[in-house]
Amino acid sequence: MIVSFAINGENRSATVAGWESLLTVLRDDLGLAGSKNACEQGECGSCSVIIDGENVCSCLVMVGDLEGTSITTVEGVAVGDDLHPIQEAILEEGGVQCGFCTPGFVVSAAHLFENNPSPDEATIREAFSGNICRCTGYGALLRAFHKLSEDDS
Amino acid sequence: MDFVAARDLATVLDAKAEHPESELLAGGTDLMVEVNLAYHRPAGVISIRRCAELLEWTDRRIGAAVTWASLEQGPHRALAQLARTIGSPQIRAAGTLGGNVATASPAGDGLPWIAAMNGAIEVASRDRGVRLVPWDEFFVGVKETTLTADEVITAIVVPDDAPVMQEFAKVGVRNAMVIATVSCVVARGDDGFRVALGSVAPTPIRVSGAEDLLNEASTIDDTVLAEFAEMVSAEVRPITDHRSTEAYRRHASGVLARRLVERCLAA
Repeated sequence: MIVSFAINGENRSATVAGWESLLTVLRDDLGLAGSKNACEQGECGSCSVIIDGENVCSCLVMVGDLEGTSITTVEGVAVGDDLHPIQEAILEEGGVQCGFCTPGFVVSAAHLFENNPSPDEATIREAFSGNICRCTGYGALLRAFHKLSEDDS
Repeated sequence: MDFVAARDLATVLDAKAEHPESELLAGGTDLMVEVNLAYHRPAGVISIRRCAELLEWTDRRIGAAVTWASLEQGPHRALAQLARTIGSPQIRAAGTLGGNVATASPAGDGLPWIAAMNGAIEVASRDRGVRLVPWDEFFVGVKETTLTADEVITAIVVPDDAPVMQEFAKVGVRNAMVIATVSCVVARGDDGFRVALGSVAPTPIRVSGAEDLLNEASTIDDTVLAEFAEMVSAEVRPITDHRSTEAYRRHASGVLARRLVERCLAA
Protein backbone atom coordinates (compact mmCIF):
# COMPACT_ATOMS: atom_id res chain seq x y z
CA MET A 1 0.00 0.00 0.00
CA ILE A 2 0.99 3.65 -0.45
CA VAL A 3 0.86 5.87 2.61
CA SER A 4 1.14 9.66 2.47
CA PHE A 5 1.90 11.91 5.42
CA ALA A 6 3.72 15.09 6.34
CA ILE A 7 7.15 14.61 7.89
CA ASN A 8 8.80 17.68 9.33
CA GLY A 9 6.46 19.80 7.25
CA GLU A 10 7.20 18.03 3.97
CA ASN A 11 4.66 15.80 2.19
CA ARG A 12 6.08 12.32 1.71
CA SER A 13 4.75 9.01 0.42
CA ALA A 14 6.06 5.51 0.86
CA THR A 15 5.16 2.15 -0.60
CA VAL A 16 4.96 -0.14 2.39
CA ALA A 17 3.48 -3.25 3.89
CA GLY A 18 0.90 -1.90 6.31
CA TRP A 19 2.31 -3.82 9.28
CA GLU A 20 5.82 -2.32 8.96
CA SER A 21 6.91 -0.03 11.74
CA LEU A 22 7.20 3.69 11.14
CA LEU A 23 10.75 3.41 12.47
CA THR A 24 11.73 0.97 9.73
CA VAL A 25 10.15 3.12 7.04
CA LEU A 26 11.80 6.30 8.35
CA ARG A 27 15.23 4.72 8.42
CA ASP A 28 15.16 2.38 5.43
CA ASP A 29 12.80 4.05 2.97
CA LEU A 30 12.76 7.76 3.73
CA GLY A 31 16.41 8.39 4.55
CA LEU A 32 15.66 9.68 8.04
CA ALA A 33 18.08 7.74 10.23
CA GLY A 34 17.99 10.11 13.20
CA SER A 35 15.39 8.01 15.02
CA LYS A 36 17.38 5.13 16.47
CA ASN A 37 16.52 1.46 16.45
CA ALA A 38 17.46 -0.10 19.77
CA CYS A 39 14.94 -2.16 21.72
CA GLU A 40 12.08 -2.40 19.19
CA GLN A 41 9.61 -2.88 22.03
CA GLY A 42 8.87 0.61 23.25
CA GLU A 43 11.14 0.36 26.28
CA CYS A 44 13.98 2.72 25.44
CA GLY A 45 12.47 5.75 23.70
CA SER A 46 15.36 6.22 21.26
CA CYS A 47 12.90 6.13 18.33
CA SER A 48 10.51 8.73 19.81
CA VAL A 49 8.63 10.85 17.26
CA ILE A 50 5.69 13.23 17.54
CA ILE A 51 2.60 12.18 15.58
CA ASP A 52 -0.29 14.67 15.51
CA GLY A 53 0.95 16.14 18.77
CA GLU A 54 1.54 12.85 20.63
CA ASN A 55 5.01 11.65 21.61
CA VAL A 56 5.19 7.94 20.73
CA CYS A 57 7.72 5.22 20.01
CA SER A 58 7.90 4.92 16.22
CA CYS A 59 8.91 1.25 16.55
CA LEU A 60 5.38 0.53 17.87
CA VAL A 61 3.52 2.46 15.17
CA MET A 62 2.25 0.54 12.16
CA VAL A 63 2.87 2.67 9.13
CA GLY A 64 -0.40 1.61 7.51
CA ASP A 65 -2.18 3.66 10.16
CA LEU A 66 -0.53 6.97 9.28
CA GLU A 67 -2.38 8.24 6.20
CA GLY A 68 -2.84 11.99 6.52
CA THR A 69 -0.91 12.39 9.76
CA SER A 70 1.70 14.98 10.62
CA ILE A 71 4.97 13.64 11.99
CA THR A 72 7.93 15.39 13.60
CA THR A 73 11.17 13.43 13.84
CA VAL A 74 14.43 14.54 15.43
CA GLU A 75 15.49 15.88 12.03
CA GLY A 76 12.64 18.39 12.27
CA VAL A 77 13.52 19.85 15.65
CA ALA A 78 16.36 22.13 14.49
CA VAL A 79 15.54 24.87 12.00
CA GLY A 80 17.94 24.43 9.11
CA ASP A 81 21.44 24.70 10.54
CA ASP A 82 20.23 26.45 13.67
CA LEU A 83 20.03 24.11 16.59
CA HIS A 84 16.91 24.19 18.74
CA PRO A 85 17.48 25.66 22.25
CA ILE A 86 16.97 22.13 23.59
CA GLN A 87 19.86 20.87 21.51
CA GLU A 88 22.03 23.84 22.56
CA ALA A 89 21.26 23.20 26.22
CA ILE A 90 22.12 19.49 25.93
CA LEU A 91 25.42 20.40 24.24
CA GLU A 92 26.29 23.03 26.84
CA GLU A 93 25.65 20.65 29.72
CA GLY A 94 27.53 17.76 28.13
CA GLY A 95 24.35 15.69 27.87
CA VAL A 96 25.69 13.50 25.08
CA GLN A 97 27.93 10.51 25.71
CA CYS A 98 27.58 7.71 23.16
CA GLY A 99 24.73 9.68 21.58
CA PHE A 100 22.41 6.81 20.79
CA CYS A 101 19.62 7.97 23.09
CA THR A 102 20.05 11.63 22.22
CA PRO A 103 17.50 11.85 19.36
CA GLY A 104 14.83 10.35 21.61
CA PHE A 105 15.61 12.75 24.45
CA VAL A 106 15.54 15.69 22.03
CA VAL A 107 12.12 14.68 20.69
CA SER A 108 10.71 14.05 24.18
CA ALA A 109 12.08 17.42 25.29
CA ALA A 110 10.55 19.15 22.26
CA HIS A 111 7.21 17.57 23.15
CA LEU A 112 7.50 18.46 26.83
CA PHE A 113 8.45 22.12 26.36
CA GLU A 114 5.90 22.58 23.58
CA ASN A 115 3.17 21.62 26.05
CA ASN A 116 4.69 23.04 29.24
CA PRO A 117 7.41 25.73 29.10
CA SER A 118 7.98 25.64 32.85
CA PRO A 119 8.02 22.02 34.02
CA ASP A 120 9.12 21.34 37.60
CA GLU A 121 11.51 18.59 38.69
CA ALA A 122 8.86 15.87 39.02
CA THR A 123 7.27 16.75 35.68
CA ILE A 124 10.65 16.64 33.93
CA ARG A 125 11.53 13.27 35.42
CA GLU A 126 8.18 11.76 34.49
CA ALA A 127 8.36 13.19 30.96
CA PHE A 128 11.63 11.33 30.37
CA SER A 129 10.67 8.11 32.13
CA GLY A 130 10.35 6.44 28.73
CA ASN A 131 13.80 7.46 27.51
CA ILE A 132 16.72 5.35 28.61
CA CYS A 133 20.36 6.50 28.48
CA ARG A 134 22.53 3.43 28.58
CA CYS A 135 25.53 5.58 29.52
CA THR A 136 23.42 6.71 32.53
CA GLY A 137 24.14 10.34 31.68
CA TYR A 138 20.91 11.54 33.23
CA GLY A 139 22.45 14.18 35.47
CA ALA A 140 23.67 16.32 32.60
CA LEU A 141 20.42 15.86 30.68
CA LEU A 142 18.36 16.89 33.71
CA ARG A 143 20.56 19.98 34.16
CA ALA A 144 19.93 20.89 30.54
CA PHE A 145 16.16 20.56 30.93
CA HIS A 146 16.15 22.55 34.16
CA LYS A 147 18.05 25.31 32.41
CA LEU A 148 15.36 25.40 29.73
CA SER A 149 12.48 25.40 32.17
CA GLU A 150 11.05 28.79 33.00
CA ASP A 151 10.17 27.39 36.41
CA ASP A 152 12.63 29.04 38.82
CA SER A 153 11.88 26.85 41.82
CA MET B 1 -6.43 -7.74 2.74
CA ASP B 2 -3.47 -5.75 3.95
CA PHE B 3 -4.50 -2.91 6.19
CA VAL B 4 -7.82 -1.28 7.03
CA ALA B 5 -7.62 2.03 8.89
CA ALA B 6 -11.20 2.16 10.16
CA ARG B 7 -12.92 5.43 11.03
CA ASP B 8 -16.24 3.86 12.12
CA LEU B 9 -17.40 0.68 13.82
CA ALA B 10 -19.32 -0.65 10.81
CA THR B 11 -16.06 -0.75 8.85
CA VAL B 12 -14.34 -2.63 11.68
CA LEU B 13 -17.13 -5.21 12.02
CA ASP B 14 -17.39 -5.74 8.25
CA ALA B 15 -13.65 -6.27 7.92
CA LYS B 16 -13.53 -8.66 10.87
CA ALA B 17 -16.52 -10.65 9.56
CA GLU B 18 -14.96 -10.98 6.12
CA HIS B 19 -11.41 -11.55 7.39
CA PRO B 20 -11.65 -13.25 10.79
CA GLU B 21 -7.95 -14.14 10.51
CA SER B 22 -7.00 -10.46 10.54
CA GLU B 23 -5.77 -8.77 13.70
CA LEU B 24 -6.98 -5.65 15.43
CA LEU B 25 -4.56 -2.83 16.05
CA ALA B 26 -5.13 -0.21 18.72
CA GLY B 27 -2.02 1.32 20.30
CA GLY B 28 0.32 -1.34 18.90
CA THR B 29 2.20 -1.67 22.17
CA ASP B 30 1.66 -5.45 22.19
CA LEU B 31 1.14 -6.32 18.53
CA MET B 32 4.18 -4.43 17.24
CA VAL B 33 6.45 -6.14 19.75
CA GLU B 34 5.37 -9.43 18.17
CA VAL B 35 6.07 -8.01 14.71
CA ASN B 36 9.46 -6.58 15.68
CA LEU B 37 10.85 -9.28 17.92
CA ALA B 38 8.99 -12.48 17.03
CA TYR B 39 8.88 -11.88 13.25
CA HIS B 40 5.11 -12.08 13.40
CA ARG B 41 3.49 -11.18 10.06
CA PRO B 42 -0.23 -10.42 10.48
CA ALA B 43 -2.50 -11.91 7.80
CA GLY B 44 -4.28 -8.56 7.82
CA VAL B 45 -4.64 -5.61 10.15
CA ILE B 46 -7.72 -3.62 11.12
CA SER B 47 -6.74 -0.44 12.91
CA ILE B 48 -9.32 0.80 15.41
CA ARG B 49 -7.17 3.65 16.63
CA ARG B 50 -9.28 6.33 15.02
CA CYS B 51 -12.62 4.52 15.07
CA ALA B 52 -15.04 7.17 16.33
CA GLU B 53 -17.39 4.90 18.34
CA LEU B 54 -14.51 3.15 20.12
CA LEU B 55 -13.05 6.47 21.28
CA GLU B 56 -16.22 7.48 23.11
CA TRP B 57 -16.41 7.11 26.85
CA THR B 58 -18.50 7.88 29.89
CA ASP B 59 -17.99 6.86 33.52
CA ARG B 60 -20.06 3.71 32.85
CA ARG B 61 -18.77 2.69 29.42
CA ILE B 62 -15.20 3.05 28.25
CA GLY B 63 -14.62 2.67 24.52
CA ALA B 64 -12.01 0.07 23.60
CA ALA B 65 -9.67 2.54 21.87
CA VAL B 66 -9.45 5.07 24.72
CA THR B 67 -5.77 5.52 25.61
CA TRP B 68 -4.16 5.32 29.04
CA ALA B 69 -3.23 8.98 28.66
CA SER B 70 -6.94 9.85 28.49
CA LEU B 71 -7.85 7.49 31.33
CA GLU B 72 -5.29 9.22 33.59
CA GLN B 73 -7.74 12.14 33.57
CA GLY B 74 -10.84 10.00 34.11
CA PRO B 75 -13.34 9.87 36.97
CA HIS B 76 -12.48 6.42 38.34
CA ARG B 77 -9.78 6.91 40.95
CA ALA B 78 -8.06 3.53 40.75
CA LEU B 79 -8.26 3.45 36.96
CA ALA B 80 -6.63 6.88 36.78
CA GLN B 81 -3.98 5.77 39.26
CA LEU B 82 -3.13 2.60 37.35
CA ALA B 83 -3.20 4.34 33.97
CA ARG B 84 -0.50 6.72 35.24
CA THR B 85 1.75 3.78 36.23
CA ILE B 86 1.67 2.13 32.82
CA GLY B 87 4.85 2.16 30.75
CA SER B 88 5.99 5.68 29.94
CA PRO B 89 4.37 8.78 28.46
CA GLN B 90 5.06 7.34 25.00
CA ILE B 91 3.33 4.06 25.87
CA ARG B 92 0.39 5.78 27.56
CA ALA B 93 -0.17 7.96 24.50
CA ALA B 94 -0.60 4.80 22.43
CA GLY B 95 -1.81 1.90 24.60
CA THR B 96 -5.48 1.33 25.42
CA LEU B 97 -7.64 -0.39 28.04
CA GLY B 98 -9.30 -2.38 25.24
CA GLY B 99 -5.90 -3.64 24.11
CA ASN B 100 -5.05 -4.61 27.67
CA VAL B 101 -8.27 -6.66 27.75
CA ALA B 102 -7.61 -8.22 24.34
CA THR B 103 -4.06 -9.26 25.21
CA ALA B 104 -5.30 -10.65 28.55
CA SER B 105 -1.84 -10.91 30.03
CA PRO B 106 -1.88 -12.03 33.68
CA ALA B 107 0.04 -8.79 34.31
CA GLY B 108 -2.43 -6.50 32.51
CA ASP B 109 -2.67 -3.55 34.89
CA GLY B 110 -6.21 -2.62 33.89
CA LEU B 111 -7.67 -6.05 34.52
CA PRO B 112 -7.85 -6.14 38.35
CA TRP B 113 -9.74 -2.85 38.16
CA ILE B 114 -12.35 -4.38 35.86
CA ALA B 115 -12.61 -7.34 38.26
CA ALA B 116 -13.04 -5.07 41.29
CA MET B 117 -15.78 -3.11 39.52
CA ASN B 118 -17.62 -6.32 38.53
CA GLY B 119 -17.15 -4.99 35.02
CA ALA B 120 -18.08 -6.63 31.76
CA ILE B 121 -16.55 -6.69 28.31
CA GLU B 122 -18.81 -5.51 25.49
CA VAL B 123 -18.05 -7.36 22.27
CA ALA B 124 -19.68 -7.08 18.85
CA SER B 125 -19.76 -8.97 15.59
CA ARG B 126 -21.47 -7.98 12.37
CA ASP B 127 -23.48 -11.19 12.10
CA ARG B 128 -24.22 -11.98 15.74
CA GLY B 129 -24.67 -8.58 17.28
CA VAL B 130 -23.52 -7.33 20.65
CA ARG B 131 -22.95 -9.37 23.81
CA LEU B 132 -21.88 -8.32 27.26
CA VAL B 133 -19.47 -10.81 28.85
CA PRO B 134 -18.88 -10.66 32.64
CA TRP B 135 -15.15 -10.26 33.31
CA ASP B 136 -14.81 -13.70 34.93
CA GLU B 137 -16.32 -15.36 31.87
CA PHE B 138 -14.11 -13.36 29.51
CA PHE B 139 -10.65 -14.04 30.97
CA VAL B 140 -10.13 -17.79 31.05
CA GLY B 141 -6.36 -18.33 31.01
CA VAL B 142 -2.96 -16.82 30.30
CA LYS B 143 -3.62 -14.57 27.28
CA GLU B 144 -6.79 -16.59 26.69
CA THR B 145 -10.27 -15.10 26.39
CA THR B 146 -13.68 -16.21 25.15
CA LEU B 147 -13.62 -13.66 22.32
CA THR B 148 -14.33 -15.36 18.99
CA ALA B 149 -12.59 -14.72 15.67
CA ASP B 150 -15.30 -12.52 14.17
CA GLU B 151 -15.77 -10.46 17.32
CA VAL B 152 -14.35 -7.10 18.31
CA ILE B 153 -14.03 -5.68 21.83
CA THR B 154 -16.03 -2.46 21.73
CA ALA B 155 -16.08 -1.30 25.35
CA ILE B 156 -15.52 -2.02 29.02
CA VAL B 157 -18.78 -1.60 30.87
CA VAL B 158 -18.99 -0.71 34.56
CA PRO B 159 -22.19 -1.37 36.55
CA ASP B 160 -24.06 1.49 38.20
CA ASP B 161 -23.05 0.29 41.68
CA ALA B 162 -19.31 0.67 40.95
CA PRO B 163 -17.75 1.98 44.19
CA VAL B 164 -16.47 5.53 44.19
CA MET B 165 -13.93 4.56 46.83
CA GLN B 166 -11.20 2.62 45.02
CA GLU B 167 -7.43 2.38 45.32
CA PHE B 168 -4.69 0.83 43.15
CA ALA B 169 -1.11 -0.17 43.86
CA LYS B 170 1.46 -2.34 42.16
CA VAL B 171 4.94 -3.63 42.87
CA GLY B 172 7.72 -3.73 40.29
CA VAL B 173 11.44 -3.16 40.00
CA ARG B 174 11.13 0.50 39.04
CA ASN B 175 8.42 3.12 38.63
CA ALA B 176 8.28 3.43 34.86
CA MET B 177 8.35 0.82 32.12
CA VAL B 178 7.73 -2.06 34.45
CA ILE B 179 5.58 -5.13 34.18
CA ALA B 180 3.85 -5.60 37.52
CA THR B 181 5.14 -8.25 39.90
CA VAL B 182 1.84 -7.91 41.76
CA SER B 183 -0.95 -5.41 41.18
CA CYS B 184 -3.98 -4.84 43.39
CA VAL B 185 -7.24 -2.91 43.38
CA VAL B 186 -9.36 -2.52 46.51
CA ALA B 187 -12.79 -0.92 46.22
CA ARG B 188 -15.33 -0.24 48.95
CA GLY B 189 -18.98 -0.06 47.97
CA ASP B 190 -22.39 -0.62 49.57
CA ASP B 191 -21.71 -4.36 49.42
CA GLY B 192 -18.42 -3.98 51.33
CA PHE B 193 -14.83 -4.44 50.26
CA ARG B 194 -13.84 -5.91 46.93
CA VAL B 195 -10.25 -7.05 46.48
CA ALA B 196 -8.79 -7.92 43.07
CA LEU B 197 -5.23 -8.78 42.11
CA GLY B 198 -3.17 -9.16 38.95
CA SER B 199 0.05 -11.05 38.09
CA VAL B 200 -0.73 -13.69 40.72
CA ALA B 201 -2.83 -16.15 38.67
CA PRO B 202 -3.45 -16.97 35.00
CA THR B 203 -6.23 -14.34 34.99
CA PRO B 204 -7.12 -11.37 37.19
CA ILE B 205 -8.73 -12.72 40.36
CA ARG B 206 -10.90 -11.69 43.27
CA VAL B 207 -9.95 -13.07 46.68
CA SER B 208 -13.46 -13.81 47.91
CA GLY B 209 -12.46 -15.58 51.12
CA ALA B 210 -10.44 -12.59 52.25
CA GLU B 211 -13.24 -10.23 51.15
CA ASP B 212 -15.74 -12.20 53.24
CA LEU B 213 -13.48 -12.00 56.28
CA LEU B 214 -13.44 -8.20 56.08
CA ASN B 215 -17.10 -7.84 55.25
CA GLU B 216 -18.25 -10.13 58.06
CA ALA B 217 -16.00 -8.60 60.72
CA SER B 218 -17.85 -6.43 63.25
CA THR B 219 -14.88 -4.09 63.49
CA ILE B 220 -11.75 -4.04 61.35
CA ASP B 221 -8.79 -3.85 63.74
CA ASP B 222 -5.13 -4.82 63.42
CA THR B 223 -5.89 -8.47 64.19
CA VAL B 224 -8.51 -8.68 61.44
CA LEU B 225 -6.22 -6.86 59.00
CA ALA B 226 -3.35 -9.24 59.74
CA GLU B 227 -5.60 -12.24 59.21
CA PHE B 228 -6.94 -10.63 56.02
CA ALA B 229 -3.43 -10.18 54.63
CA GLU B 230 -2.62 -13.81 55.39
CA MET B 231 -5.77 -14.96 53.65
CA VAL B 232 -4.94 -12.88 50.57
CA SER B 233 -1.46 -14.42 50.48
CA ALA B 234 -2.96 -17.89 50.75
CA GLU B 235 -5.71 -17.33 48.20
CA VAL B 236 -3.61 -16.02 45.29
CA ARG B 237 -2.09 -18.53 42.90
CA PRO B 238 1.23 -17.06 41.74
CA ILE B 239 4.11 -18.79 40.03
CA THR B 240 7.86 -18.32 40.13
CA ASP B 241 9.20 -16.88 36.89
CA HIS B 242 11.92 -14.53 35.60
CA ARG B 243 10.24 -11.55 37.28
CA SER B 244 9.73 -12.87 40.79
CA THR B 245 9.08 -15.84 43.01
CA GLU B 246 5.86 -17.40 44.18
CA ALA B 247 6.80 -16.66 47.80
CA TYR B 248 7.47 -12.96 47.17
CA ARG B 249 4.28 -12.55 45.15
CA ARG B 250 2.22 -14.13 47.95
CA HIS B 251 3.84 -11.85 50.50
CA ALA B 252 3.44 -8.72 48.37
CA SER B 253 -0.20 -9.57 47.62
CA GLY B 254 -1.06 -9.53 51.33
CA VAL B 255 0.92 -6.35 51.97
CA LEU B 256 -0.61 -4.43 49.05
CA ALA B 257 -4.18 -5.56 49.75
CA ARG B 258 -3.92 -4.62 53.42
CA ARG B 259 -2.36 -1.25 52.59
CA LEU B 260 -5.17 -0.41 50.18
CA VAL B 261 -7.87 -1.50 52.65
CA GLU B 262 -6.25 0.81 55.20
CA ARG B 263 -6.30 3.66 52.69
CA CYS B 264 -10.03 3.07 52.12
CA LEU B 265 -10.63 3.01 55.88
CA ALA B 266 -8.76 6.29 56.30
CA ALA B 267 -10.59 8.00 53.44
